[in-house]
Amino acid sequence: MKRIRIDEKYCMGCRLCEVHCIVQHSKTKNILKTYMGECSKPAPRIFVEEKGYVTFALQCRHCEDAPCLDACMTGAMYRDKETGAVLCSEDKCVGCWMCIMVCPFGVISRSSDKKIASKCDLCMGEDMPVCVKNCPNEALKYEDSKD
Amino acid sequence: MRHSEQEKLISGCSVAGIMNESGRKISGEAIIRSIAVMRERSNGLGGGFSAYGIYPKFKNYFAFHMMYDDKKAMADAEGYLKTNYRVVKSEEIPTIEDKSIKNRPLLWRYFVELKDKVKNLYYDLTEEDIVVNDVMKINAEIEGAFVTSSGKNMGIFKGIGYPEDIGRYYKLEEYRAYIWIAHGRFPTNSVGWWGGAHPFGLLNWSVVHNGEISSYGINKRYLENFGYRCSLFTDTEVILYLFDLLVRKHKLPFDIVCKIIDAPLWEEIDRNGDDEERELLKTLRIIYSSALINGPFSIIISDGNIMMGLNDRVKLRPLVSLKDGDTVYMATEECAIREVCKSKKEIYYSKSSEPIIGKLKN
Amino acid sequence: MAKRPTPTEFIVERDKDRCIACQVCVRMCSNDVHIYDADTNTVTSDNSKCVGCHFCETLCPTDAITIKKNESSFKPNANWSVSVISDITKQAETGGVILTGMGCDKPYTIYWDHILLNASQVTNPSIDPLREPMELRRYIGRKPDKIELDYNKKGKIELKTMLEKQLKLEVPIMFSAMSYGSVSLNTCISLAKASHELGIFYNTGEGGLHKSLYKYGKNTIIQIASGRFGVHPEYLRTGAAIEIKIGQGAKPGIGGHLPGEKVSKEVSEARMIPEGTDAISPAPHHDIYSIEDLRQLIHALKEATDYEKPVGVKIAAVHNVVPIASGVARAGADYIAIDGMRGGTGAAPKVIRDNVGIPIEFAIAAVDARLREEGIRTKVSLIAAGGFRSSGDVIKAIALGADAVYIATSALIALGCSQCQKCYTGKCNWGIATQDPYLTKRLNPEIGVQRLKNLIRAWSLEIKDMLGGMGINSIDSLCGNRTHLRGIGLSDRELEILGIKSAGEPQ
Ligand code: SF4
Ligand code: SF4
Ligand code: SF4
Ligand code: SF4
Repeated sequence: MKRIRIDEKYCMGCRLCEVHCIVQHSKTKNILKTYMGECSKPAPRIFVEEKGYVTFALQCRHCEDAPCLDACMTGAMYRDKETGAVLCSEDKCVGCWMCIMVCPFGVISRSSDKKIASKCDLCMGEDMPVCVKNCPNEALKYEDSKD
Repeated sequence: MRHSEQEKLISGCSVAGIMNESGRKISGEAIIRSIAVMRERSNGLGGGFSAYGIYPKFKNYFAFHMMYDDKKAMADAEGYLKTNYRVVKSEEIPTIEDKSIKNRPLLWRYFVELKDKVKNLYYDLTEEDIVVNDVMKINAEIEGAFVTSSGKNMGIFKGIGYPEDIGRYYKLEEYRAYIWIAHGRFPTNSVGWWGGAHPFGLLNWSVVHNGEISSYGINKRYLENFGYRCSLFTDTEVILYLFDLLVRKHKLPFDIVCKIIDAPLWEEIDRNGDDEERELLKTLRIIYSSALINGPFSIIISDGNIMMGLNDRVKLRPLVSLKDGDTVYMATEECAIREVCKSKKEIYYSKSSEPIIGKLKN
Repeated sequence: MAKRPTPTEFIVERDKDRCIACQVCVRMCSNDVHIYDADTNTVTSDNSKCVGCHFCETLCPTDAITIKKNESSFKPNANWSVSVISDITKQAETGGVILTGMGCDKPYTIYWDHILLNASQVTNPSIDPLREPMELRRYIGRKPDKIELDYNKKGKIELKTMLEKQLKLEVPIMFSAMSYGSVSLNTCISLAKASHELGIFYNTGEGGLHKSLYKYGKNTIIQIASGRFGVHPEYLRTGAAIEIKIGQGAKPGIGGHLPGEKVSKEVSEARMIPEGTDAISPAPHHDIYSIEDLRQLIHALKEATDYEKPVGVKIAAVHNVVPIASGVARAGADYIAIDGMRGGTGAAPKVIRDNVGIPIEFAIAAVDARLREEGIRTKVSLIAAGGFRSSGDVIKAIALGADAVYIATSALIALGCSQCQKCYTGKCNWGIATQDPYLTKRLNPEIGVQRLKNLIRAWSLEIKDMLGGMGINSIDSLCGNRTHLRGIGLSDRELEILGIKSAGEPQ
């Protein structure tokens, strides 16, 4: 099962991962249109944390024992059989924010335009999540996790 | 005319060698026939022979074969020789009259020994060292004089022309030697200087060479480090001095010298399972990296005891050989051997860097 | 008095149609050039602070930034150029020495660009390096003139010569001295690990050894400079060789200066000096005032390391480099590294960097020739350093007579360095010449190692190609082989000193 590994030693705090995450989840997937043309740009699903000189980019860990899965009452939050990723199905989500409350990492947020939860989907459909692909310092890696 | 420009000579060639390991002497007729069949490979701009065992009466004296442009050069060189040597015999080298042989210099030979006072003066040098210094000095400094060979009981006969014509010109069929080496030359430039023909000699050494070595520049500078003056700008000269340095001065056996000038690849050395041998080969390469000969070549070289044929690390130049009883034949092409050797044995194609050695039995 | 103008060197051009105000540039520029205005959601710039390192340009996701040279200028004047006026103005304000980083950038002749290589045609076939073996291995160290052999009872040859310790290089290129302190630990780790994987060596400079670098000892040349920073027995024992640094090409005749800002806790530990203090190495070694003193130090170091490590000496290429090198060889050095005037530095007075020393091309040619004349060339190896830009420069240096070359600036460029020459400020945006933890993490050694390996691999392939073209299958046969070089556009005197013929002259 492939997961994003964070190497905070080499995260520069540039936040390019956030930029590319936003673009990836926009309507047009075009960076200029996303920021300047589209009426509302999506919120990032990756968050760069900073403390002193330490910075790192955090996104959904796709926990083995995921509290958000248990907390979701409509079954919108589900685990993808193939990839093992924790995903939110937009048409089932009613925006009760239980998942946001239980997520120990705080990486689920409200979508910028709809009343649904928004979270890292490992860029389903791409061969590699765009944050990993665009990190200029390889601080993010997409790797097979042992657990 | 000797070319005075500091310019390197480039040539392609044919080589041949015959040796009787028991020391039985053969007439020069055979080697002339052998080299003649490879006429295609030379262009009439140089041929020559070296012969060992030809002066038994004077075998304890250095035999200086000389070429002079004119009488003045001869007087100068003789003057120089007489200050350091006692000349026991001096004579013109016999030749026939042949209209096709052009631009011939005065050809002279001397049988000499070092004067005691010279030996005393240079007590820290061997007799050979003194002779080498004198040969270098004459070649570099006496205008119009050139030492063709300077060994004992041997001599080099060479000139501009096809080798077989040069051989007949010097009447080599009248000489008897246990080692004969011959060379036919195909120079890419047409400097008509007799001294530029091969073999090239120093002391008992004579060497013939086919190819062009791309390590020339560093080999030459390496030799200069040890006092050799490469004044002829030929690969052959450099090869000969390397052998002189390694065999005579550094006292290394021939097979070790081959491992220096034709060093095995590092890959082969690293793979060698014998620790001692690997260490030896490695040390040789480290110490003698500048003596490695690079580029295509095949050579036949002799010091009167051994006649060795050798080609380069990747075998870019041909060399074949055949051993028939106690006679060893080597040549650029098989036909040169078949011409003079009746044996039906198969010809041996040596591998890259594999020395073919004929050795005098006591 | 009104403040005199110093023109800004660069202009940050921002394409308004492309800038998405993502603030990546704002966060990343260590010189605070980019400013975000939340009210208008736009980014503007303070051009006067820009050093032209191109870091922001590289990261901007929309390619909105172009860093341009400021063309606005004083009246064109060959003598009183903009940089001259700025320097004078700066000095009038500060009364101080002008510092700079990296190597001399003045347009002195680069002789490498006036030397051409040979190739074989017809009489001597060229060799295809893809099909035939092509050897680049070199050994650095003192060698005897001849080998001594013996025969055992069975008549088998035995080796009597005990070679002195040699450095085995799989490629005749090494990473030159860069101290931990002047460069970041991640830079050192990249160099060390790449050397280890390439079978070559890097050099500690006078920075001592960080504890995480001990494991690369077999590929480390330990340097001892006049400040003796970080020198202790374990340090000496850890390296594969020891190098006494007498001089540096970028600043011959003067010592080193690491500003206190760069002396972090870990740097202070490696150098064994107090944290935050300036690390100043004196101009001379105060125990080396003559060649005899150098000889004693060489032997003391050999003694201290049980004669197990080659001891080399690094000198700057100056007018007298020839007799100095000969003296160093006679003092017992196993190798001499000569650093030409284009060699880099972390910090040097600009006037010295740009006006002192001679180019490495002359130095290496003249020293090699003299050592050969004196018959001592085989006793010592020569390493050329100072501004090697390509495999072409490297192979020419080797043909002139170097056994191997040291590269540093090109290694840093491989790691990202853009030659902004601001290394002495400690604000290197690329995480190279800095100790600021916010900046040093920008150099991920994993990427660094790969890039350095790629560079050396690429140069090796090119060197093999060039060797093959010359009909040579071992670098041994090129070292000192000047018959493969020709000069172009050089005076007779220059050709003579370089010991090469002119283009058009046959061998
Ligand atoms: S792109 Fe990479 S370096 Fe930049 S903030 Fe994200 S994880 Fe860190
Ligand atoms: S990085 Fe580029 S797009 Fe982002 S704010 Fe800077 S100039 Fe604008
Ligand atoms: S990052 Fe470098 S080039 Fe960009 S503005 Fe800052 S100093 Fe100038
Ligand atoms: S190391 Fe850094 S500060 Fe120095 S020149 Fe290179 S980019 Fe600039």
